[in-house]
Amino acid sequence: MKALVSVKRVVDYNVRVQVKSDGSGVITEGVKHSMNPFDEIAMEEAVRLKEKGKLTEIVAITIGGAKNEETLRSALAFGADRAIHIKEEGDVQPLTAARAFAAALKKEGAQVFFAGKQAIDDDANQTGQMVAALLDIAQATFASKVELDGGKAVVTREVDAGLETLEVDLPAVITTDLRLNEPRYLKLPDIMKAKKKPIETVTFADLGVEKGAALTISKTSAPPKRSKGIMVKTVDELVSALKSKGLV
Amino acid sequence: MSKILVIGEISDGKLNSGTAKVVAAAAQIKGDITVALFGADVSAAAADAAKLDGVTKVLKIESAANANPLAAVYAPQIVELAAGYSHVLFPGTAFGKDTAPRVAARLGVQQVSDIMVAHSPTSFDRPTYAGNAIVTVEAPAAPAIVATVRLASFTAVGSSANAAIESASSSAALPSHTRFVKLEAQKSERPDLQAAARVVSGGRALGSSDAFKIIYSLADKMGAAVGASRAAVDSGYVPNDMQVGQTGKIIAPELYVAAGISGAIQHLAGIKDARTIVAINKDAEAPIFEVADFGLVADLFTAVPELEGKL
Ligand SMILES: Cc1cc2nc3c(=O)[nH]c(=O)nc-3n(C[C@H](O)[C@H](O)[C@H](O)COP(=O)(O)OP(=O)(O)OC[C@H]3O[C@@H](n4cnc5c(N)ncnc54)[C@H](O)[C@@H]3O)c2cc1C
Ligand SMILES: Nc1ncnc2c1ncn2[C@@H]1O[C@H](COP(=O)(O)O)[C@@H](O)[C@H]1O
Repeated sequence: MKALVSVKRVVDYNVRVQVKSDGSGVITEGVKHSMNPFDEIAMEEAVRLKEKGKLTEIVAITIGGAKNEETLRSALAFGADRAIHIKEEGDVQPLTAARAFAAALKKEGAQVFFAGKQAIDDDANQTGQMVAALLDIAQATFASKVELDGGKAVVTREVDAGLETLEVDLPAVITTDLRLNEPRYLKLPDIMKAKKKPIETVTFADLGVEKGAALTISKTSAPPKRSKGIMVKTVDELVSALKSKGLV
Repeated sequence: MSKILVIGEISDGKLNSGTAKVVAAAAQIKGDITVALFGADVSAAAADAAKLDGVTKVLKIESAANANPLAAVYAPQIVELAAGYSHVLFPGTAFGKDTAPRVAARLGVQQVSDIMVAHSPTSFDRPTYAGNAIVTVEAPAAPAIVATVRLASFTAVGSSANAAIESASSSAALPSHTRFVKLEAQKSERPDLQAAARVVSGGRALGSSDAFKIIYSLADKMGAAVGASRAAVDSGYVPNDMQVGQTGKIIAPELYVAAGISGAIQHLAGIKDARTIVAINKDAEAPIFEVADFGLVADLFTAVPELEGKL
């Protein structure tokens, strides 16, 4: 059974992003990028399922410019068998990404599509659900536990009230939450091996994907700054400060 | 004029408090507001929704298939219902985030996630990069705008209206590929984290679920809900539904007390709208102090019980 895993190249989660002074976006030049953390979790899960004999092949897929090859090499070092690079420059919004992934999923005949629950740049939290909707297949989002068996998956999901369990027929889309696993640290031999694994390059046109209507971003601004507060020296001072503001 | 369909959320048979905030966002867009409620029996929630100021109609879509909120089952029904509406709004909760994209994709539209402000019926502010960059987006009006609402950005509307309640049904074909197995809900007598006026949160510094007792105890003294950092949840001190932050719950209490939390950007993304932030941390350099209104450099194991005693 084959799985397709989407991996997005994003500004590293440790970077405090800066908004450009002309409001045209955020500064991404000269800033550290890495694989979206939720996609690392997705890769790790796929690899563990393959190690358990539940999957036979893992294909990593990304959409983006030439630099996304780095992200695919990381995915291959995690343990993907091969990769697909959908080469498109510029802003690709979730529905467009989902159309491309849905086309690739069909073409590959993969039974599971793993994606992160959200990309930490656009924070959209949409793409996986949209892939499932376009193909009219099941989705199990925000997964914290995944069991694959035969033609089914049993997935535990993190929801607001606690933990929900769903049983879904395959093919299905599974999006990963933080507590699904802890991604492995990539080792040098695996990074070396990854250099030899194949990456296929395609375009939206090859997949028959049209970009369609998009949201227009007219302005990017920094959030309002919280003014720096005061340091109190003792609990008594804290209590009187809270009392004077009517908070306790 | 806009015709806005608000997809209400039901928790434990009652109307989820987030719905009144989605209605507030709809009121900012301006237009005729209908609330749709899906479930097996939604009469109690419908009665509450009918009282929300600004709502003109409440639709009940009741069936056995709707007993649990499965995105794959609700989406085709919402798509059918959406005909004639200019906007379909969902709460920015796990339920809304799961369901809305499925509706948007079926309608062939890009979704607007986490509306913070509606400048016009088609122009919205939304957060990106853990709230560190706010983008203003313009969405095509046709065929419809599908969006989730960032609940922390809106104040719930009042409850003095008396809207009509109608039953609706759907002829949409429903899939059988998704089956609900169970929900393990955390039962708590404490206030709901997402609605509470006061929240006390603990971080990795607590070190064990047993030690977290001092956080619960302070919260109870203050009538507060209890939250946590990702590190505290990952370490198993508290359940997942207590995580506050970019990928947990985004909250806007009057008072937020963070004890033993460093203040990573991902955590701060969840508390930016808190009116007053109090930080207790033994490291004077902790980034949480950059956003705290009141900061106390202290060992939480002495400061938290002392604070409780002096309130
Ligand atoms: C994709 C992604 C998403 C994330 N989403 C979230 C999210 O939604 N929410 C979230 O919280 N995090 C999130 N994180 C994790 C985040 O980056 C931090 O790792 C996490 O918030 C740290 O939790 P903490 O502050 O409890 O722990 P630490 O950073 O370890 O901080 C512990 C603090 O306790 C203090 N301390 C220690 N002992 C004491 C004592 N006795 N008394 C007082 N103070 C003490 C220390 O000085 C320190 O500042 C996410 C990370 C990633 C990569
Ligand atoms: N351009 C892309 N390249 C690779 N994966 C993507 C891309 N866009 C979205 N994804 C996948 O979809 C998930 C959710 O993204 P989003 O809906 O943008 O928050 C990400 O975690 C990725 O797995």
